[in-house]
Amino acid sequence: MTWDEMGPLLWESTGQTALMVVWSTLFTVLLGLPLGVALVVTDRGGLLPSPLLNRVLGLIVNVGRSLPFIVLMIAVIPLTRLIVGTTIGTFAAVVPLTLGAAPFFARLVETALREVGRDTVQAAQAMGAGRWTIIGKVLLPEARSGLVAGLTVTVVALISYSAMAGVIGGGGLGDLAIRYGYQRFETTLMVVTVIVLIVIVQLVQTLGDAIARRLARH
Amino acid sequence: MIDVSGLRKVYRDRGREVVALDGVDLHVSEGEIFGVLGQSGAGKSTLLRCVNLLERPTAGTVSVAGRELTALGEADLRRARQGIGMIHQHFALLSSRTVAGNVAFPLEVMGVGRAERSRRVAELLELVGLADKAGAYPGQLSGGQKQRVGIARALAGNPSVLLSDEATSALDPGTTQSILALLKNLNRELGLTILLITHEMHVVKGICDSVAVMRDGLIEESGGIAELIARPGSRLAAELFPLPAPEPGNVTITFTGRADEPVVSEVVRKFDVDVSILGGALEEVAGVSAGRLRVRLTGDERAAALSYLAERGLLVEEAPVSVRGERADAYNRADGNSRTGGNGTSVTGPAKETR
Ligand SMILES: Nc1ncnc2c1ncn2[C@@H]1O[C@H](COP(=O)(O)OP(=O)(O)OP(=O)(O)O)[C@@H](O)[C@H]1O
Ligand SMILES: [Mg+2]
Repeated sequence: MTWDEMGPLLWESTGQTALMVVWSTLFTVLLGLPLGVALVVTDRGGLLPSPLLNRVLGLIVNVGRSLPFIVLMIAVIPLTRLIVGTTIGTFAAVVPLTLGAAPFFARLVETALREVGRDTVQAAQAMGAGRWTIIGKVLLPEARSGLVAGLTVTVVALISYSAMAGVIGGGGLGDLAIRYGYQRFETTLMVVTVIVLIVIVQLVQTLGDAIARRLARH
Repeated sequence: MIDVSGLRKVYRDRGREVVALDGVDLHVSEGEIFGVLGQSGAGKSTLLRCVNLLERPTAGTVSVAGRELTALGEADLRRARQGIGMIHQHFALLSSRTVAGNVAFPLEVMGVGRAERSRRVAELLELVGLADKAGAYPGQLSGGQKQRVGIARALAGNPSVLLSDEATSALDPGTTQSILALLKNLNRELGLTILLITHEMHVVKGICDSVAVMRDGLIEESGGIAELIARPGSRLAAELFPLPAPEPGNVTITFTGRADEPVVSEVVRKFDVDVSILGGALEEVAGVSAGRLRVRLTGDERAAALSYLAERGLLVEEAPVSVRGERADAYNRADGNSRTGGNGTSVTGPAKETR
């Protein structure tokens, strides 16, 4: 395979990977951030203690995290059909990607929020701040560096999960490497694909680290 | 200004019960600086945190500025807290906000508009001497500057009461002095009532009007400083004037506000006694000079000399003569109850006191 043949293939696959990762990152944050906050505030001694809810949420998160992604992808097919209208294609992959990454991100959010000192939260309570003010103006802003670091790890995980999206016709770089590189012995294409993936992951990690460090400086 | 009565707080910790407060009554008058002293674990922080109900008391009532906080619902309590400032040992500032942003936080909570907010913030930073640091982040400030931000933030709601839990114990001596001076100033100029916890005696000497000494969840003694020092068996006096452990038969003389009277030489002249001074300390406390002398008094007219001193209005305490085994480093209370002394040794002999 020549470079001229590989170019468009790589371009198209990179686009598909980007599409999957961007959308699933968005939905992962929308789902995982509130879930992470809920894990912290419903805990014993939290802002809204609710041991039962805390236990249930913890269980859901753990189940989500222990399912292998490939199994999850197949298992949620009915849900995917319900939400996207189809069960194959790049958009269809966003549903399992989100469901796979959200519990993971939620735990990272939880960890970041727990880093905020009890002192700081109690100082806000002593000033008469209510729960939502404390969540919005104390917990989240104070944890922002940790949240960005967690998001970076999550995006990298999503890039890696998205390589399996070929199974449901999602396309993407991982799928390209498997179909051409592995099944058709196009070693060069496989190597180039892997390099492109490495570069993307590096870029994401470096950018995430830089932002997290900037935020942590204060 | 602050009235606490019958306050109990029991923590349940994995099945075990910890009685942090065991029936505390406290009265802090308007405009005074009230210090709470006591050993680690005595319940000082718990008491302070019960005053603004950060900690829900197990029993008892708390009133601040005439409002019974323990009777308020959650929304009313939040509003009441806006009128009670609090400063913390480790400052508890928001690291993601600038100095101005930190001081603005309570104003945002109170729903003060943007323009009014920035006007108030500038005013408060001016008050604590940090006008030039408005744009700095807490991470760029020294400990003393951070505590000034904490104080400005605590004053944002024009509180009538300021609570302080060891606000200076993370600071060096020089910085501590400047923070204490600031607190004293706020007390004098704004009429701010301050309830503070400390384990540093120089904080008590420097700015407190009244003191409560806590032990094991109870208040052992409380009142105006001069009054406490003049009280027999006072823990405060023992803490303020560290003297060597008393030997049996030693006499401790405590005087307040009459440091310049030559009582000792008078006694020696008037009575047939010898006086050797074993130790002594003189302090300026709450605006009056007070001191303690530990002496050995011997001679035929010893009893008469002691009564004379007592008649002159000095507090005369004799160390117990028969102390079994242990060192006598504490005195018994006037009522003769045996209790634990300064270093945890128990005094078993009776105390003789003359006033
Ligand atoms: N949240 C809690 N859960 C269980 N026990 C607690 C809790 N907070 C305090 N205690 C216990 O209550 C007692 C009083 O604690 P408190 O913090 O009020 O003491 P303190 O006088 O402030 O001590 P220090 O000088 O060390 O700050 C201690 O025995 C402590 O272990
Ligand atoms: Mg304490």
